[in-house]
Amino acid sequence: MAELGAGSLLLGDPAFNYQEAELNERLKRLYPAVNEDETPLPRSWSPKDKYSYIGLSQNNLRVHYKGHGKNHKDAASVRATHPIPAACGIYYFEVKIVSKGLDFLSSLLPLSPIPGWDKHSYGYHGDDGHSFCSSGTGQPYGPTFTTGDVIGCCVNLINNTCFYTKNGISLGVAFTDLPPNLYPTVGLQTPGEIVDANFGQQPFVFDIEDYMSEWRAKIHGMIARFPIGERLGEWQAVLQNMVSTYLVHHGYCATATAFARATETLIQEDQTSIKNRQRIQKLVLAGRVGEAIEATQQLYPGLLEHNPNLLFMLKCRQFVEMVNGTDSEVRCFSVRSPKSQDSYPGSPSLSPRHGATNPNLHSAGADSPTCSNGVTPPNKNKSHNKYPGVSSASSSSSSSPSSVNYSESNSTDSTKSQPHSGTSNQEETSDSEMEIEAEHYTNGVAENPSARIMNGTYKHQEILQAQDISLGNGVAEDSCASRQLCGGNQAATERMIQFGRELQGLNEQLCREYGKNVTHKKMLQDAFSLLAYSDPWNCPVGQQLDPMQRENICSALNSAILESQNLPKQPPLMLALGQATECVQLMARVRSGSCSFARVDNFLH
Amino acid sequence: MACLLEAPLRISVLSEVTATSRHYVDRLFDPDPQKVLQGVIDMKNAVIGNNKQKANLIVLGAVPRLLYLLQQGSSSSELRAECAVVLGSLAMGTENNIKSLVDCHIIPALLQGLLCPDLIFIEACLRCLRTVFISPVTPVQLLYTDPTVIPHLMSLLSRSQRTQEYITQIFSHCCKTPEHQTVLFNHGAIQNIAPLLISPSYKVRMQALKCFSVLAYENTQVSMTLVNVLVDEELLSQVFVRMMQRDQPIDMQLTAAKCLTYMCRAGAIRTDDSCIVLKTLPCLVRMCSKERLLEERVEGAETLAYLMEPDVELQRIASVTDHLVAMLADYFKYPSSVSAITDIKRLDHDLKHAHELRQAAFKLYASLGSNDEDIRKKITETENMMDRIVSGLSESSVKVRLAAVRCLHSLSRSVQQLRTSFHDHAVWKPLMKLLQNAPDEVLVMASSTLCNLLLEFSPSKEPILESGVIELLCSLTQSDSPALRVNGIWALMNMAFQADQKVKGEIVRALGTEQLFRLLSDPDSNVLMKTLGLLRNLLSTRPHIDQVMSSHGKQIMQAVTLILEGEHSIEVKEQTLCILANIADGNTAKELIMTNDDILQKIKYYMAHSNVKLQLAATFCISNLIWNEEDGSQERQDKLRELGFVDILHKLTQASDPNLCDRSDTATHTSDLSPAFLQILSSIDRQTGTNTCTLIVL
Repeated sequence: MAELGAGSLLLGDPAFNYQEAELNERLKRLYPAVNEDETPLPRSWSPKDKYSYIGLSQNNLRVHYKGHGKNHKDAASVRATHPIPAACGIYYFEVKIVSKGLDFLSSLLPLSPIPGWDKHSYGYHGDDGHSFCSSGTGQPYGPTFTTGDVIGCCVNLINNTCFYTKNGISLGVAFTDLPPNLYPTVGLQTPGEIVDANFGQQPFVFDIEDYMSEWRAKIHGMIARFPIGERLGEWQAVLQNMVSTYLVHHGYCATATAFARATETLIQEDQTSIKNRQRIQKLVLAGRVGEAIEATQQLYPGLLEHNPNLLFMLKCRQFVEMVNGTDSEVRCFSVRSPKSQDSYPGSPSLSPRHGATNPNLHSAGADSPTCSNGVTPPNKNKSHNKYPGVSSASSSSSSSPSSVNYSESNSTDSTKSQPHSGTSNQEETSDSEMEIEAEHYTNGVAENPSARIMNGTYKHQEILQAQDISLGNGVAEDSCASRQLCGGNQAATERMIQFGRELQGLNEQLCREYGKNVTHKKMLQDAFSLLAYSDPWNCPVGQQLDPMQRENICSALNSAILESQNLPKQPPLMLALGQATECVQLMARVRSGSCSFARVDNFLH
Repeated sequence: MACLLEAPLRISVLSEVTATSRHYVDRLFDPDPQKVLQGVIDMKNAVIGNNKQKANLIVLGAVPRLLYLLQQGSSSSELRAECAVVLGSLAMGTENNIKSLVDCHIIPALLQGLLCPDLIFIEACLRCLRTVFISPVTPVQLLYTDPTVIPHLMSLLSRSQRTQEYITQIFSHCCKTPEHQTVLFNHGAIQNIAPLLISPSYKVRMQALKCFSVLAYENTQVSMTLVNVLVDEELLSQVFVRMMQRDQPIDMQLTAAKCLTYMCRAGAIRTDDSCIVLKTLPCLVRMCSKERLLEERVEGAETLAYLMEPDVELQRIASVTDHLVAMLADYFKYPSSVSAITDIKRLDHDLKHAHELRQAAFKLYASLGSNDEDIRKKITETENMMDRIVSGLSESSVKVRLAAVRCLHSLSRSVQQLRTSFHDHAVWKPLMKLLQNAPDEVLVMASSTLCNLLLEFSPSKEPILESGVIELLCSLTQSDSPALRVNGIWALMNMAFQADQKVKGEIVRALGTEQLFRLLSDPDSNVLMKTLGLLRNLLSTRPHIDQVMSSHGKQIMQAVTLILEGEHSIEVKEQTLCILANIADGNTAKELIMTNDDILQKIKYYMAHSNVKLQLAATFCISNLIWNEEDGSQERQDKLRELGFVDILHKLTQASDPNLCDRSDTATHTSDLSPAFLQILSSIDRQTGTNTCTLIVL
C-alpha cells in the first residue's frame, strides 16, 4: 500500500488535466447512455482493491509487480475503481504490456466482480494464450502476448459475451453468459512486469467505435423490424390518434380539424373548448396573464379556485409581466404611449397592433405566440380568420383588480378540495405524472430529474428557445433602448406596486391555510427582486422576464383545464415519448445493455 | 378493351393467349402514330411480370417492330422511350428472351439510341442495355465492337443518377479481361467513376464500387492509379475504408474490401498498411462468419485467401482473428442435417452452395497454411480436417477437388504433417487416384503435393512407390504443360534421393535415356534444373555412379559439356558441376573425366570463375579426382598438376571465401600427399561424394 500516494502525485499537472478532459470527452462519446452519477465508469486502477505485491503509478494507470514471482501463489491482481455499467452497452479497455519480466506468467484477468479475485473471474493469459473462466485450467484461446503488445478486452453487455484484441485485431469471443457488474482487472506474476491501462485516456488501438456502430445498426434494425402484430389498421389508428390528440392538446384547432378530416377520425374535445383553451394559452404566451386568468375564470368557473397553487403561479407571472409591461393591466395605461408598442419583446412583428385600442385586434396580438410555438405553422392563418370575437377578454382587462379579489375569495373555497399542496405546482405535476407513468416501479423514479419530459415541453421547448432567440435578436435594436419598467408609465407602476401588495397578501393567506410553502416564497421573492434593479432585464433575476418563461405556466394551466374536463392532461404523444425515455433508463438499471443503442434521441429528428 | 373480352368466347385457352398477344403486335402497325403509342403503352402494362406474355410477343415478332419504331427518327420521343421500356421489360424475362433480343441486334440499336439528346429515352435504353449485359448469355464483347461507345457512355455519366447506375453496372459486368480493363482505364473510367463513390444514391455508390473492384483486379496500372485518386479531398483508400464500416450494408463492406484487396495484391498498397491489417482483413474475416449469407461467406473466404496468399504476416494475423480456423470448419456443415428434414427450400439452397462453401474453405485453409508451421498444425487439428480433405479429393466437383488438393499441398510443406497426419489418413491413396484422370490444373497441384509426399522422410513414400507411381510421373514429364513436366521430374528427383539401386534402375528404365536427354534441353529452366537434380541423385554412391556411367556415360558427358558451354544460369551450371563432381567420385567413372581434356579445361575455367558457387563446385570436382586413397590417384594428380590446377588451387587458398579456402586447402594438400589432411578430406569427400539434391516443393 506504499504506492498509494504515488497514484495521486500528478493531480495538479496541467497535462493531466488536459488528459482528463480528453478522457471525459471520449467516455461521453463512447458511452452516452451512462449516467455517471448513478454508475461511474472505470477510470483507473483502484488503490484499495489490490494485492500488496501490486504497485500503482502514473495516476493509477500503470501497474507493476513487486513480489517474488516464484510460483503461482505469488500472482497478484488489481481491479478498476468501478464495475462496468450496463448502460455502456459495449465496454472496452486496453492494456499495454510495457515490460514482460523474465519469467513466464502474465495474465489479464479483466473482470472480477468481488474482491475474492478467483471466483467469477475471467482472463486471458499471455504465456500460453489460454482463456480462463473461473478456474485454474484454461482453454486454448488466442496467441501468446509479450512486451510491446496491446491487449484489449471488450465486454458486450447486450449479449453478455466478451472478446479480447491483440494489437487491434479481434481474437473472437472468449466467454459467453457473463454475469453483471464485472470489473476491469489485471493480474501479474513476474518481477519486473509492468502494464499500462487505457480506459479511454488515449485513442484505442482497436476500432471499438466501428464495432459499436455495428451493434447500433443491429438494434436500430431490431426496433425498426419489431413486429407490430396483425392489426395493422389499429396501429395506424393509434398513430393518427397520437397526432390528433397532440394537435388538440396544444390547441392547434384548424390543423387538428384538417387532420381529422383527412384521416376520417373524430376529435374527442368540442371545437369551442379547444378554441377557448387556445385563446387562454395565447394570452399567457403573449404575457397578458391577467386576461388569461379572467378568461379562465369565466370559461372554467371553479378551476382556479380548486388549484390555488396554479393561481398563485399565474399571479406571480402576472406580476412579472407587469414589470415587463406586457400585462393588460399596465398596458391599458400606456395605450397612448407610442413607446409601449415596442415594449413586448416577444412579438416584434405584431407589436404595432398591440397598442391599438380596437379590442377586436386581440386576435392579432394573440397570434404572436403561435409564432413561437412554431410546431404547426399551417394553422396560424386559419385560426386567425376563424377567431371569434374576444371582446369579453379585452373588456375585462380594464377591470383587473376584481380578478385579484376573485382569487382571494376563491382560494378559501379551495381549502376543502385541495387539502395538501406542500410542494410547488411544478413539482407536484411531475410527481403525480411519474406515478401514472411508472406505477410498477415507484421507487427511484419519483425523484428523477428527467420528469420534466412529462410536462410536454420536451424538445418542443428547445425549438421554442431557438426561435425566441432569433426573434429576440431581431427586436433587440429597437426594443432594448426603450424597455422600461411597466412600459415607463407612472400609473402603471403604481398599479403594479399595488398588485404586488395583493400578491403578498395572497401568499400570506395561502400560508395560513396550507402552511409555509418554500417554492411560493421563492417565486415571490424572485418576482419582487426585479424591482430592485434599475434595469430588470439585465439583472441576475432578469431571466424571469424572458417570454420563454411563460411556457411552463402556460402548459400547467392548459393541463389543469384539460384535467377539469376529464381529458388527459398530457397528450399521449408526449406520454409515449416520456415513457420510452424512462423505459430506456430503466433498462440501464436492470442491466440490459442494448439501452445504450436504443436512445430516444436517435429517433427524434 | 372490348376485343380482349371478345376473344375468349370464341377460341380455346391456349390460342386465346396467342390471339391477345397477336393483337398487341398488330397494333404496332397501325398507321395512326397515336394509336401505335397507346398500343406500346398497353403492351408495356401487359408484359410486366408475365414471362409467358413476353415469350409470346417475342415469338410473334414484336421485337423487330419495336426496334424499328425505336430507331425511326420520325417516331415521337415518347414513343421511342416507351419502345425502349417494353424492350427492357422483355429482357427482364428468361435467358431465352435475352438471346432472342440479342439475335435481333438490339444492342447496336440501343447504343445508337444513346446518341439522342432526350434523357428519358437515354435512360430507358440504358436500363434495357443494363438488363441485357448483366445476363450471362450476352457476349460482353458487343460493348467494345464500336470504339465510340465507351467514350460516349463515359460522357453520359454526368447526365443523371440513373445513367450513372446503369452505366457503372454495365461496366462492372462487361469488364472481364485485362484488355477490357485497359479500354475502360484509357477512357478515363477512374476519373469519371470516382466521384460517384460519394453519390447520394446508394445504388450508384454500390455500382461504382463494383466497377472499381473489377477494374483493379490483378491490374497494376489501375491499382497504382487508384491509390492516388482523391474523392472530395479524401484518398480513395480512405473512402473504401469508410465503406467497410460495420454499420454499412454487407454488400458494400464486402465489395470495398475486395477493392482494397486487389489494390494490395497489385502492389499499390503495402501489406502492412493499417487499412489492410486493421480494416480489410478483419472485414473479410467477418464475412466468413456464420451470420452472413452463404454467398457472402464464399466470396469473403475467397477474397481473404487471395489477400494473404503471398504474405506470411497477414496469414498469422488472420489465423488468430475471430477464431477464423474454427469458423471455417463450419463451411463443411452444409447441407445441415436439420435443414434436410425441416425445410426443402433451405435444403435446396444449402445444396446449391455446399460445393462453393467447401472449395472456398479449402482455398482459405491453403492460403492460411502456406507458410507458417504453427498455422498448419492448427488447421490439421481442426475437427475432422484431414478426413474432409480426403473426401474433398474425390468429390464430383472439379472446383472442390482442386481446392482440396491445394489445401493438401499447402499442408504438405510441413515435415511434421507429412510424418503424422498425412500418413495416418493415407492421403496418398486418393491423391494417386486423382492423378489418374484429372484436368491439368488439378494435376499440377496434385503432382506438386506428390513431390512432397515422396520426400525421403515421408512415410508415404514406400506405399506410393509400390503403387506404380513411376510410370505416371514419367508420363507427366512428357506433358505439354511446363508445370506438369517440372512436377513430374521433381517428384522423380525426390524419389531418387538416397534410393536403392532397384528404384533408380526403374526410374532410368521407365523414363528412358532419350526422354532424359530431351528434358536436359527443355526450354523451361526449372525442368532443366530438376532433371539435373535427378541425374545428380541417380549418380550418388559409388557403385551407382559407376553403373549408370558405364551404361549412359557417353550421353551424360555430352549433355554436361553442352550445358557448360550453353547460355545457362549460374544455378544450372552449378548443378552441372555438381554432377561432374559426383561422376568424379565413381571408381571407373572418373576416367570419363580424366580422359576428356575438354571437360578438364572447363573445370579449370570454372575454378577461376568470378562466381564463388561455381568455383566451389569445380574445386569439389577436382578434389574428388585427386583423392589419393584410390587406384591411380597418383597419375591423376600428375596430369592435373601438368594442366596447371595446382597453381589455381594455391591461388584459391588466398581467396576470401572461407568455404572455398577450406576446399582448396584440402585439394592442394592432397596433391602434396599430405597424409594428415587425408583423413579430414576423406570425411568431407564422403559427404560430398554422395551429394544429392532434395527439395520440398513450395
